[in-house]
Amino acid sequence: MPDPRYAVAAVLVTAAVTWGLRALPFAALTPLRASRTVRYLSARMPAGVMVILLAYCLRDLSVTQASSLAPLIALAVTVGLHLWRRNALLSILGGTAVHVILASTVFAH
Amino acid sequence: METRPAVTGGRPRPVPVPEPARRSEAHAAFRESAGAVLGFVPLGLAFGALVTQSGLDWWWAGLSAALAFGGSFEFLLIGLVTAAAPLAAIAVSSFMVNVRHVFYALSFPVHRIPGRLGKTYATFALCDEAYVLATREQARSWPGRRILWMQCFLHAAWAGSAIAGALLGSLIPERVTGLDFALTALFAVLALDAVRDLRGELSIPGLALLSALGARLLFPGEMLLAAFALFAAALLARQLTTSKKPSHA
Repeated sequence: MPDPRYAVAAVLVTAAVTWGLRALPFAALTPLRASRTVRYLSARMPAGVMVILLAYCLRDLSVTQASSLAPLIALAVTVGLHLWRRNALLSILGGTAVHVILASTVFAH
Repeated sequence: METRPAVTGGRPRPVPVPEPARRSEAHAAFRESAGAVLGFVPLGLAFGALVTQSGLDWWWAGLSAALAFGGSFEFLLIGLVTAAAPLAAIAVSSFMVNVRHVFYALSFPVHRIPGRLGKTYATFALCDEAYVLATREQARSWPGRRILWMQCFLHAAWAGSAIAGALLGSLIPERVTGLDFALTALFAVLALDAVRDLRGELSIPGLALLSALGARLLFPGEMLLAAFALFAAALLARQLTTSKKPSHA
């Protein structure tokens, strides 16, 4: 365990930056809400943001490493389950379980 | 995240009686956010378990989950803290990873949240999932109180499961790995639901994917920030080109 005071300070710094990013733009951006461009962007942004975050999670995949198959198979299971049942819990648990099993056995280093 | 009405056997449904507003909003918020809340649990357990596996104390997982409440960056924060990274580096990294939240102010309905304290909490707990839940199609008619309850449930689920994961983490054998995939699965599920709300505008996820790939190749060190900037620029360009045609909106 690093120095507890440092570990707490790291959390406080993160919390301050995160909250600032979440709260301060409301003052600057609220007047723009009525604009047609802003409404166009805000209706389409959530889907794109989630796709980008998903790609970010998979950023370290390498086509040359067999161990990349574990997250790819688990992702296919997650997507397949979700298209089939539309049950977020089932999709997340199913995909994560497949990943843990594959990463801990077949693709364990 | 979709909560479809369950098949209710043969029992005829009674005419809904209006309940006291406070309780029914909490109840409705719980039903609407149950999918995301349950998605947070394996993720929070994984986060807590990684915290103790990395040599940090269990209470740190709870503190980070309750105060920072920024799931994906908290996973990164474990590595930064165990490497004793300077606080300035932590501030810059959290800015880079969380700067996407700036965009959420464009459409998150904070004007519907009652009270100054409520508004303050709503911005504090404005995580990715809360943003998606509060801005999607079926949330347009939600009262602000329901959004606040939904954020409370997400926050409590994250902090509670992080603490549970940290306390239980030592029970997980060391060769069991890959729990962190819960984060990927959560974003996959949220992306599928959000794409379905677009009603067939499949060029939007296409643009997002291209932005992510471009950012990964051109700015691998700052992939998230670059991807969001590229995507916003692509959306603006797309709106300029489509608004010239006669619009039926």
